[in-house]
Amino acid sequence: MSQEIQVPELGSVSLLRYGWRQLTSMRTALILLLLLGVASIPGSLIPQRTQNPIKVGEYFKNSPELSKWMDQFSLFDVYGSPWFSAIYILLFISLIGCVLPRTIEHFLAARALPPATPKNLDRMEHHTSWSAQGDELEIARAWFKSKRFRVLEKDGSISAEKGFMRESGNLFFHLALILVLLGISFSSLFGMRGMAILNVGERFVNTTTSYDSLNNGKLFNEKNLPDFALTVDKFVAKYNLVTSSPEDYTLDVNFSKGDLTQSELRTIKVNSPLKLGNTSIYLQANGYSPVVTVRDSKGNVAMQGPVPFLPQDSNLRSIGAIKVPDADPQIGFVGSFVPTYSRSGADGAVSVFPEALDPRLLLAAWIGDLGLDGGVPQSVYRMDTSKMNQVGLKSLKPGETFIYPQGSITFEGYLQWVNLEIVHDPGKNFALLGGIVAILGLLASLFTRRRRIWIRVGKSVEVAGLAKNAAPGLDVEMAEFVAKLKGGK
Amino acid sequence: MSRNWAYLSNYLVYSSMALYALSFIAHAVETAWAVRVTTEDSKKNMDYKRTEKVARIATAMMILGFILLFAGVVARGLSASRVPWGNMYEFSITGALAFSGAYLAALRKHNIRWLGLLVSIAVLLTLGTAVAVLYRPSAPLVPALKSTWLVVHVSTAIISGGVFLLANAIAAAYLYLDRMESRGERKAWAKRLPSLEDLDQLSYRLVAFVFPLWTFSVIAGAIWAESAWGRYWGWDPKETWAFITWVAYAAYLHARVTVGWRGRKAAWLCLFAGSTFLFNYVYVNIWGTGKHTYSGL
Repeated sequence: MSQEIQVPELGSVSLLRYGWRQLTSMRTALILLLLLGVASIPGSLIPQRTQNPIKVGEYFKNSPELSKWMDQFSLFDVYGSPWFSAIYILLFISLIGCVLPRTIEHFLAARALPPATPKNLDRMEHHTSWSAQGDELEIARAWFKSKRFRVLEKDGSISAEKGFMRESGNLFFHLALILVLLGISFSSLFGMRGMAILNVGERFVNTTTSYDSLNNGKLFNEKNLPDFALTVDKFVAKYNLVTSSPEDYTLDVNFSKGDLTQSELRTIKVNSPLKLGNTSIYLQANGYSPVVTVRDSKGNVAMQGPVPFLPQDSNLRSIGAIKVPDADPQIGFVGSFVPTYSRSGADGAVSVFPEALDPRLLLAAWIGDLGLDGGVPQSVYRMDTSKMNQVGLKSLKPGETFIYPQGSITFEGYLQWVNLEIVHDPGKNFALLGGIVAILGLLASLFTRRRRIWIRVGKSVEVAGLAKNAAPGLDVEMAEFVAKLKGGK
Repeated sequence: MSRNWAYLSNYLVYSSMALYALSFIAHAVETAWAVRVTTEDSKKNMDYKRTEKVARIATAMMILGFILLFAGVVARGLSASRVPWGNMYEFSITGALAFSGAYLAALRKHNIRWLGLLVSIAVLLTLGTAVAVLYRPSAPLVPALKSTWLVVHVSTAIISGGVFLLANAIAAAYLYLDRMESRGERKAWAKRLPSLEDLDQLSYRLVAFVFPLWTFSVIAGAIWAESAWGRYWGWDPKETWAFITWVAYAAYLHARVTVGWRGRKAAWLCLFAGSTFLFNYVYVNIWGTGKHTYSGL
């Protein structure tokens, strides 16, 4: 630890060797480990794109200068940033450089015999001696064997050693961490994660175009998408009548895999995704889609069907936009859907329960240019009304129609929608295996005591012991050993 | 029926607070009287005897408090027919239970009765905060929490937390006494506390004992996250801080075992690691964002 650092002669090979030795030293590993901990702090305090893109957007809106500056240091993508990656990659190189040579060394040491009994046992700890009876060596041999010591017998003495599991466990622990990292990298390179919003009754076929959003790893191949299709059969959400908090979500789907000829009824719940090999289908969110029919002034249907609205609170007051780009002029509705309607003085229409007990659709109709042709992607839940004029406001019960000069809209009813997340994660089992081995290795390494015990029998019996790392408990073991030797006569 | 259990739980928690308060007072009296008991005193000395007596009362009160609090936590679970780990009130009363449990368990093997003063007041404050600020009526779990992993993940996390904080208390005591000794002799009341070396060893052994459990808790959490949220690791603030705690304790163990840190430096590192756990519990639960928002606040 406190060695003087000697600056080497600057040949390129020796410089490399010097760098390697520095990198794989325990002190560097320790510093990198602490640095990794410190480096992950900002990501927990600053919103991250991967978790909360909306908050990141707000950050950019509120303080654009600062945000731009922060973005240069990847502070909104801490865990994928070059500096974060640099730390953990260096740490793992350091780890490999440290663990591999030790593994080889340990492998060789584990096959070697323990070193011979030292000459002067009376200098060692736990030393006792008494006059010999003659059979002590045999008793010792049997005792060492029953306790599974490794022994070397030579010239009337036995040198015994135990506790190699300590180092084995330690090495397994570190190798397992490397396995965890490999599993994670494997997942992010070959994995895939996509979202799809489906109304009850709709069908999903697993092709890339079916997804609303899709993130895949650099080496992910579309051919790896498993063949399956599902139809949303039934969705039931149960809520607590007093607190409105959700108690259970159950989604039934008609699921077919392979050539899609046979289908079976499967249930997806929050804690039990539908699994198909390394692909899992999760129920992530749900909400309401009002079903509407929009007609032009002549009574022709311009648009018909369910439109998913986005929940805003725990009582599922939802907002959304109904866009009819094919009408001439274009028409759009900014709306909010409340499953159980009530009026509050301050907030206007509110929902007082998440189930649709008394649903209302509140609409503002706009005429003009929806701005969809500009090429700038728009949220499906919001509408750009900057080039539009409002032509009316209305609150509708199911079945009611709102008539405005350019046409009409009928609130036919509602459907529930579910948000499915489909994840292909080929590395997770490696990571899990790594985790399990890491714990077992840790337990073996923390709770194994490495120690040596010697016995020499001449005119007198001499025993002594040595515990590595000053591990406690050897005194008890030595007492047991001595008692056995003395009691055996 | 369920409401009765919830009321019973509240009464049990209040009663346990009274007992922890009595234990605190008894420990305080013990500490005050101990000033007159120096180590050279014979065991027949009057002061020694009554100090010993009040110390036993303190421990007995703590055990009774522990039993009542345990019953209170169980009743809270029965009131909603689930494990009582659904919101921050419930985490806190269980955490207080784990902390005093860790102390009482360690007391059987090690001479740490002097720590009782700190443990009883810490438990009392935690329970007080839980009752006054964090209390929420007993209610069923939200769907994401309905999993057997809740039992595995949360129980191991709470136990680890209890032991980490105990190790922290000991490391803090080490630093305090270390400073006192460096200025001369220990003050009279501190004379019967264990030697610096024993404190150093004890906090290390507590951490070494519970670090695998913490690792297990994090991995169990990852397995659960995989089935509930669709990913086993997502750098959610709670996950991030659990990782930071893990890294900090891993560094602590390395520093001790491999590099040979002892004493002051090790105690500071131990305190740092423990404070990351506390930060995770308090800050991330109450003010943090992310998926672990079950505080009910």
